[in-house]
Amino acid sequence: MTDQAMARAQRRSGVDGLAPLARRAEGVVLPLGALAAGLALFGLLLLALGKSPVEFYALVYKAGFGTAFSWANTLSRAAPLLFAALCVALPARLGLVVIGGEGAIVLGGTATGALGVWLGGVPPALALPLMAAAGAAVGALWIGAVGALRHYRGVNETIASLLMAYIGIALMNHLIEGPLRDPASLNKPSTAPLPDALRVGDIPGMDVHWGLVVALVCCVLTWVLIERTTWGFAARIAGDNVRAAQVQGLPVGRLILGFTALGGAFAGLAGFFEVAAVQGSANASLAAGYGYTGILIAFLARQNPLAVIPVALLLAGFEASSGLVQRRMDLPDATILVLKAVVFVVILVSDTLYGRFRLFAPERWRRS
Amino acid sequence: MTDLGLWAVPVAILGGAIRVSTPFLFVSLGEVLTERAGRINLGLEGTLVFGAMAGYAVAYESGSAWAGVLAAALAGVIFGLLHGLICSLPKVNDIAIGIALMLLGTGLAFFFGTPYVQPVAPRLPAIDLGFWSGIPQVQAALTVNVLFLAGIALALGMAWMLRATRVGLILRVVGDSTDAARAMGLRPNAIRIGATAAGGAFAGVAGAYLSLFYPGAWSQGVSSGQGLMAVALVIFARWNPLNCVWAALLFGGAGALGPALQSVGLSEGYYLYYAAPYVLTLGVLIATSSPNRATAGAPGELSITK
Repeated sequence: MTDQAMARAQRRSGVDGLAPLARRAEGVVLPLGALAAGLALFGLLLLALGKSPVEFYALVYKAGFGTAFSWANTLSRAAPLLFAALCVALPARLGLVVIGGEGAIVLGGTATGALGVWLGGVPPALALPLMAAAGAAVGALWIGAVGALRHYRGVNETIASLLMAYIGIALMNHLIEGPLRDPASLNKPSTAPLPDALRVGDIPGMDVHWGLVVALVCCVLTWVLIERTTWGFAARIAGDNVRAAQVQGLPVGRLILGFTALGGAFAGLAGFFEVAAVQGSANASLAAGYGYTGILIAFLARQNPLAVIPVALLLAGFEASSGLVQRRMDLPDATILVLKAVVFVVILVSDTLYGRFRLFAPERWRRS
Repeated sequence: MTDLGLWAVPVAILGGAIRVSTPFLFVSLGEVLTERAGRINLGLEGTLVFGAMAGYAVAYESGSAWAGVLAAALAGVIFGLLHGLICSLPKVNDIAIGIALMLLGTGLAFFFGTPYVQPVAPRLPAIDLGFWSGIPQVQAALTVNVLFLAGIALALGMAWMLRATRVGLILRVVGDSTDAARAMGLRPNAIRIGATAAGGAFAGVAGAYLSLFYPGAWSQGVSSGQGLMAVALVIFARWNPLNCVWAALLFGGAGALGPALQSVGLSEGYYLYYAAPYVLTLGVLIATSSPNRATAGAPGELSITK
């Protein structure tokens, strides 16, 4: 090979070295751009109402990420959001839009609270794993049922899961106001408080409970499952084209059941930590809307379990800032809900931009 | 007052069915229109809540309940247009957009609705169809709102339109095959946007009924998922406007079960009766879906049945 040819080959590989980077950049640059556009659009709405967007976002930053205290608040809220987002992202890999994680959260929490009271005298090393397993199992059954209905009966999973969420919340209300109610809980019906030994503590040196660590580990493990195992590979094929997967002999039914049940188990764990680490008993505060925020997080993260982590932190910061922003700027309590919804719409609109930019498509770089 | 004993329960359920069914009827008729054109709008729940707020606010400010209904319909058109326009972009998922608009409609309604939680707006008038009866419960049950009758007329009109008119034919062609519609020189996206906007108007009116007649006040809990259940109801009704009337009455009856039992002093397990409409919806979905996806009567271009 002549020197000239070698130099040419090197130059070309320099360009080609950028190619995989450019392909990956599309999935990062477009969501970030859409997020910025959504925040800007909400800023315009604030301007139209005569409020200062700069003050708004400065307050959100301060209350969500500005101090050690606000970080503790944000990180505590991130744990259930991470679990809830996994409950959307896992079925999404099979092409299913499951939006009823809220039902699995409240029932997982109720199961945790009920079992914890019953296991009062059992050593925590045994009782806590049992409670976590109960919460996860109830969540897995609840969302797994949605997967089963989809696969065996062809029931639309989006509508079914949201109906199941309404039913789950009604069931929780029935249980905590009826059979499981602690007679001492007067104003706020709850199950009996968990014994102190059965509470999940904080991470040493932080004002954040262990649920955050477990949630982060679950995100990483889910990523490994989807990206690095044959099960995940099969699920991605089935998500792209069910018929092709069936022709290949992939166990589509078992994949759907497994992925929806696993997602539901994560949502159930969110309920476990809300009861065992935050509330101390199962009560109506379990239906705090984490399941619905999880939908937005999963879509913003493009259903990638690792990308879910930074997005969940951002959204947790928004939620943590909600009270301060409303008080300081005299805004209604639905302000953060509107912000989330505007960002959600813009993110979905940005789906239309994929494949439109030559910058992200190396095979089209040399043309013209 | 005449003591009806246990007869009070079926009478209360009948009255409740008529009262509770109207929002189901309007939302499901709107969704039939949208889905017959080949799109699904899951966001009608958000449209309904925003319509409830807009209708109540305008009725309060103007002093006219009918101005409120009109405003709610206009708000519904705007949400429908938004859904229709966004879904006309390539690669955008209509189900996900519906979820996002559900959040947006609810969020904006709560955002702008805070000042209207306290004031009292004028109510929609009702027609007393129970005048022949001497029993107060029967009279109460048969006090029917004008919008319920309008909904039935609308269902009849839509059934006729879909079967016998040019507009109906165009809608059905667009819903069954985009390619066939293009070959006929139609513009599928424009027609779908129109159908979604009209469907949104119906959902807005349903919201106005909630806040201006029954329960008759604006609050953040004004809807208990009627907008979503109505979408499921459309599958049950096989995309037929006349079936929507029966389905809406059935769902209204299920929704009235809890309050009816409470009225005779049975309050045990209140929350379980409260869940009855959701359980019924789910049961109906399971019974009417089929695993091989080829649901009878479904428009061919509909994403949920493909």
